[in-house]
Parts: sequence; C-alpha cells; structure tokens
Amino acid sequence: MNFDDTPQEAAFRSEARAWIDANAPRELEAQLSRPSVGRVKLDGIDIITASKAWQKTKAAGGWACLHWPKEYGGRGASPIERVIWQQEEGVYDKLSGVFLIGQGMCGPTMMAYASEEQKRRYLPPLASGEEIWCQLFSEPSAGSDVAGLRTRAEKQGDEWVINGQKIWTSGAHYSDYGIVITRTDPTVPKHKGLTMFFLSMKTPGVEVRPIKQANGGQEFNEVYFTDVRIPDAQRLGAVNDGWNVSLTTLMNERLSIGARVWTGFSEIFAFCSDFMTENGPALDDRAVRSRLANWAVRHSGLKYTSYRSISALSRGERPGPENSIGKLVSGSMMQDIAAFALDLQGAAGALTDPELAEAAGQFQSMLLQSPSGRIAGGTDEILRNIVAERVLGLPGDIRVDKDMPFNQVPTRGRKS
Amino acid sequence: MNFDFSEQQKQLRDEARRYLAEHSSPKAVRAVLDGAAPFDRALWKGLGGMGFLGVAVPEEFGGAGAGHLELCVIAEEMGRALAPVPFSSSIYLATEAIMLAGDDDQKRRLLPGLASGQTIGTLALFERPGNPSPRAIAATVAGGVLSGTKVPVADGAIADLAVVAARSGSGGRDTDISLYIVDLAGKGVTRKTLANLDPTREQAEIVFQDCPAELLGPAGEGWSILTRVLDRAAVLMAFEQVGGADRALEMGRDYALDRIAFGRPIGSFQAVKHMLADMYVSATLARSNAYYGAWALSTDAAELPEAAATARISATQAFQHCAKNNIQVHGGMGFTWEFDCHLYYRRANALALSLGSLSYWEDQLIDRLRSRNAA
Ligand SMILES: Cc1cc2nc3c(=O)[nH]c(=O)nc-3n(C[C@H](O)[C@H](O)[C@H](O)COP(=O)(O)OP(=O)(O)OC[C@H]3O[C@@H](n4cnc5c(N)ncnc54)[C@H](O)[C@@H]3O)c2cc1C
Repeated sequence: MNFDDTPQEAAFRSEARAWIDANAPRELEAQLSRPSVGRVKLDGIDIITASKAWQKTKAAGGWACLHWPKEYGGRGASPIERVIWQQEEGVYDKLSGVFLIGQGMCGPTMMAYASEEQKRRYLPPLASGEEIWCQLFSEPSAGSDVAGLRTRAEKQGDEWVINGQKIWTSGAHYSDYGIVITRTDPTVPKHKGLTMFFLSMKTPGVEVRPIKQANGGQEFNEVYFTDVRIPDAQRLGAVNDGWNVSLTTLMNERLSIGARVWTGFSEIFAFCSDFMTENGPALDDRAVRSRLANWAVRHSGLKYTSYRSISALSRGERPGPENSIGKLVSGSMMQDIAAFALDLQGAAGALTDPELAEAAGQFQSMLLQSPSGRIAGGTDEILRNIVAERVLGLPGDIRVDKDMPFNQVPTRGRKS
Repeated sequence: MNFDFSEQQKQLRDEARRYLAEHSSPKAVRAVLDGAAPFDRALWKGLGGMGFLGVAVPEEFGGAGAGHLELCVIAEEMGRALAPVPFSSSIYLATEAIMLAGDDDQKRRLLPGLASGQTIGTLALFERPGNPSPRAIAATVAGGVLSGTKVPVADGAIADLAVVAARSGSGGRDTDISLYIVDLAGKGVTRKTLANLDPTREQAEIVFQDCPAELLGPAGEGWSILTRVLDRAAVLMAFEQVGGADRALEMGRDYALDRIAFGRPIGSFQAVKHMLADMYVSATLARSNAYYGAWALSTDAAELPEAAATARISATQAFQHCAKNNIQVHGGMGFTWEFDCHLYYRRANALALSLGSLSYWEDQLIDRLRSRNAA
C-alpha cells in the first residue's frame, strides 16, 4: 500500500509539472486560489475569455482532453495520466469549468456515435475550447424522469423538425453546440421512443432565455425549439435508441474521477481557527470541534475513496462502485457547513457584502449556492436509488409508466 | 498509486474469512453470549495455530513477521465474524505496547506467548467514567509494587498479563505516568467479571494490591507511549468495526430482498432502499478512512495520529449506523434475542466506547489537525 507513482507515472507527472510551470497563466494564480463557490469571478478579465485562453494553450501543447485520441484533439493518455494531470493542474482547473459538460458528456457521446468526418470536425475545437457545448436533456416535466421528455422531433424528408422546450441548460447562453434528446415516437413506452441529435445553437428557431437562479446568478437557461430543422446526419445513434445513447454518455462519467475533493471542509476549518467567539477561537469550543471532526472524516473518506478508485485506474482496472457516493456526501455537507458558519456569526451572518461579511462572504455565497449541488446531475434521492439498485442490488422502484405508450402517461409539469 | 491491499494480503483476508466462518459461526458466538464460557478458547487456540495472532510480530519474537497491513485484514474479519475472543486486547493493545516500548528482554520473554495465544494480554487503563486522561489515573506504583483499581478492563478476567498505566510520581502531570507489566496470576490481584453491553466480550474490574510491577518503557513516558499505542490500536479497531459494519449492511440488504410486505419485497420501498444506501455510504467512507490509517500505521507515517483518529471516528460512526439500521430493516425480528442483529448492535456500541469514545477521538482529531495546520 503506497501513494507512490510508478516510474512511468512519475515521469508523466514531472513532464506535466514542467509544462504547467512554463505555460500556466501565473497572473491569475492568486485569484484562482481564493475560495470560491459556484462560478469563479476574476478581476479585470472575463472567466470565459480566461478559460478559453488557457484551454487553447493546453491544446497547443497537447494537454487538452488528455484521454481522447490524438486525432480528435486529445493526447491518447491513460485514465491515470488524466488524474495526474488534474492533480498537477491544481487551481488552474477552475478554468475548465465552462468546458466540463461539453468535454465530459457531449464529447464522449460524439466519440461513440458521430461519423468519422463529424468527429474530426467537432471534437478538436471542443477539446481546445474554441467551441463550447451544452447538454439539452432536462425539460419542465422531465428532470429526474428525463425519459419523460416531450420535445418532439419529426422526420420530414432528410431533415428533422424539432419543437419543444428544454430547461436548466447550463451555459446554453455561451454555447456553440449542444446535444439534444427528443421524442420521436410517442406511441411506444417512454424509453423506446427517444432520439439523440447534436446541433448548432445558432440554428434558426433555437432561442435561449436565461433563468435567474435562486442565488441571483444566471448560469442556466430555458431553450425553446420552434421548427428547428436539422439534417438527419446530425442524429446520434439509431432512431428511437436515444435512451441508450444517453446512458453511454452517463456511463463515461464513471471513469472520470475527480482528482480533488471539494466539500467546504478546509474552508470551515480555517474559519473556525480564526473566528473569535467571546470564549476565544471557535475551534476551542466542544460543540464546534464535534461538528468539525464529523466533517473532517467525511472529507477524508471521500478523498481516500477517490484514491482507491485512482489505484484501480493505475492498475488498468475499472474503478468499483465506491466512487458513486461522492456527490451524495459533498452536496449536503456544503449546505450544512455554510449554515454552521453563519450560525457562528449570529445576526451578522445574514450580511452578504464581501466587504462587511466574515470570511469575505464566502459562506453566505455557499449557503445560497449549495442547494444546487443536491439537484444538478442527479438529485440526492436519485443517487440513493442508484446506490441501492446498482450497488446493493435492491429492486427498482415500481414504475407505473414503464410499459405504457408514452402518449397515455399522465403528467403534471411545474406551476409558477 | 497503489492505495489498496496486495493480492497476498487479500488472500490472507479470504483465508481468515473462511476460517472464521467455520470456527466463529453465529452458533459459536452465541455460546459465549449465553455464558457457556467467557471466551471461545478453542477458537483462540485455532487462531494462534493459524498464525493470525502473531502476524505482525517479528519472527525473532515468535511471530510471522508479516506486518500491520496483514493484521488489518485479519482484524476486519474478526469484526465481521464477531469473534468472541480477546483479540483486540491481547494483540492491538498488549502486544503493540510491548513491541513499541519493551526492551529486548521483555520482547523475548513476552512476545512469543502473545503471538501464539499461549498468553493473553490486555491494557488496564480506565479507573472511572470518562475518556483517557492522565489526570484520571490514581493507581500508583511505589517501590516496585502497584496498588489501585482498574475498571473496566476489557478481557480483564481472562488475561494473563496486563499493561497497566499507573502514577509513578506524585504530581498530576502527564510525566508522572508510566506503563507497567503486571502478571495477573500473581499475588495481590483480585478480578471480577462485570455485566456489560456485549457479553460476547468480557469486561472486568481488577483490584491491585501491592502487586509486583515491571516498568515498560522509560519511566515518566507512560502517557506518550500510551497515546501512541492507542493510535495504533485505533487503526486496527477501525478495521474490526468496518468488518462489522459491512456484515450488518449485508444482513440488512439480504433481509430487505427476502421479506415481503404489502405484496412486495421491503427492499423495493424507497425508505428502506435509501436507509440501506446511506449505510453503504458510511461503510464506504469508513473503509477508505481505515485504509488511510493502515497506510499510516504500516509506514510509520508522520500523519499516523490524525489518520488514526480519522479512521477511528469514521469506523465508529459506520458500525453504529449500520448496526442500528440493520435492526430497523428487520422490524420486530430485529428486536429478538433469536436474530443476530442485536449481536452487531451490542458489539458496535461496545467497541465505540473502548479505547476512548467518539468525543475523545473528535478532540484528538481537531487538536492534531490544528497542530498540522499551524506547522
Ligand atoms: C444548477 C443546475 C444545473 C443544471 N444543468 C443542467 C444541464 O446543463 N442540462 C440538463 O439537461 N439539465 C440540467 N439541470 C437539471 C437537473 O438535471 C435536474 O434539475 C434534476 O435532474 C432534477 O430534475 P427536476 O428539476 O425536474 O426535479 P424533479 O425530478 O421534479 O424532482 C423534484 C423532487 O422529487 C424527487 N424525485 C423525483 N423522482 C424521484 C424518484 N424516482 N424517487 C424519489 N424522489 C424523486 C427529487 O429527488 C426532487 O427532490 C441542472 C440543474 C441545476 C440545479
């Protein structure tokens, strides 16, 4: 048992480190090192501009989308090399946020289902950050139950005509392309009548409307499709096989193991070390210590769980199911940590102005941002179902609509 | 990175699991529960014969000379099988203390017996309710003889020797504490078995009256040695707890698949599924933290103090969580003497209190993280 690199891994690490030393945008290091929740804000430069610049530099040096084949803009690196790269990239990985969905979900789907010509056209600029992609899956009446989506695609000659609405599409407002899942046959059960496509966000009939978030930010959008026409060549996978295509996308995520665990623990520990109560540092308080110890072991548990998965990658094996607990633990932990930090501050905890609020207002931001962590990318409840069913082998939920033709399934969307 | 046990270590784990499935069956555990004997002597002998007891003891002192990673995988299986033997007292505590602080003569004299199981050892630390603290120690050694009362002492009535923490000076400082080895069959020792939460493991009161006591390690350094022994034991105990947690989760899962209510397996109800999923989460966190502890223990890493506290807290939480929800999943059956759920519940709660309880380790962890951050 050890944390050591194999000689090959060590060589890769020092190559990566040397390259980062020579090429990273040092002028942003201090700003990127600041704790941040949600979207990173930089002074004097737009985050997307900064992200694109760093991604382009990485691509030119052969360090973008490491695990992708070279001909599609990657490096042909192994999964473990990808992890080592992330470890070495450190705070600069905050400049990868806007590419995450495109490179993590859309890219692999294109890789599996697009034509050779399309792959050569679309993947390299996706890898190099010149083009940003978004994922158009969720709809007003189909989130957890995404297979219940209603956006229609109808075949007309050699084209498909798409009508409907997507929602919660992160980054749609700055994306160039997207993958979109649609209903192509409403007369069969819901999983059997879906088809996946990709399209340019500039296609006529696509309209992006930003949604203001609960925390005041604006990262996700509604996307309306009105008679949007795209050629059949932009179909990914067979007609009515979209559900399987989407599963391929999601499966790919299993192999991407975060090199760093973020739970808010270091932030709350630092805060409690500095914050003075009337009896001295908060860290001396029995109740505070107990809460912190509880979070410390959860943080550490996630970190070493990911190390176990990384070790499997290093041996060339597939990681086990243990990695599936990550977001389930960190999501609610961040929310609890934020609330606890504010509790220590008393009435002043309600102040959000970074100039006035303790710790530059980071826990206030965390409080307002953290509910999304328990929803985006699968809610806590859906994740528990996944652990129960796929890891523990418990029966699936009873699904009354599973074998029913989709157009006979009862529905009720959101009201507001 | 290879943050995992080796193939050989995994084979050892399988071997221990098979051995314990046969020799520490629920029936054998229940024999001790029902008071047939204070521990399973045949199992203890067998474990010695298999070489499991002395796996981390160097060959020159009668052990297998493998190492602590090997001991960790065996500990996990002991926990899974609820082995009704003084393994933790004798191996994690007494043997570790002597390996850590004993001089050559003591090691030569005592380790072979501990490694084979001929001798059972324990640690006599606690005297009154509360967590480990030098101020809570009143037992005193003067002129080479020990007097005082220790309670509770795990496996105290069945052990042959005890490592005893006692006051060797008159002040209340950490430096007034030393460790001693005391022969429990010697004169002046009075022992009494006490009723406790987990009857599959013995607990005793030991009264020492002018008992000959042999110094273990330098005089006045007892508390710092003890702290290190507790750290090492915490990692090993964490594996035992992880083994127990895993088994409790498995029992709950199996029952949820089997039991039908409202015309369907109870494991198809989300409330039950989510309860089991949460048990899996805590068991997984605990396992990963225990591995971290194992790494630190086996490499004598500078992080051992914080790794040990982390492993201990996480494993205590996981075993308690899994054991209590295992009962919940079983419904009324879970609250019967007949079903094994309560054996895990008892063991989980008893182990949570040994070696210092959660609040002690929480304090330790925060102190240790704080001093590392300051450094
Ligand atoms: C910040 C953010 C970014 C997002 N980005 C994207 C994006 O880029 N692209 C995209 O396609 N989507 C995106 N989403 C959408 C996200 O995937 C969905 O919000 C999520 O899957 C939940 O779906 P929903 O909102 O419809 O909630 P619902 O599915 O209506 O859930 C409401 C509640 O019911 C519970 N529930 C639902 N079904 C079950 C069940 N079977 N068992 C138990 N409980 C259940 C849920 O857990 C939840 O508590 C984003 C969401 C957020 C918050």
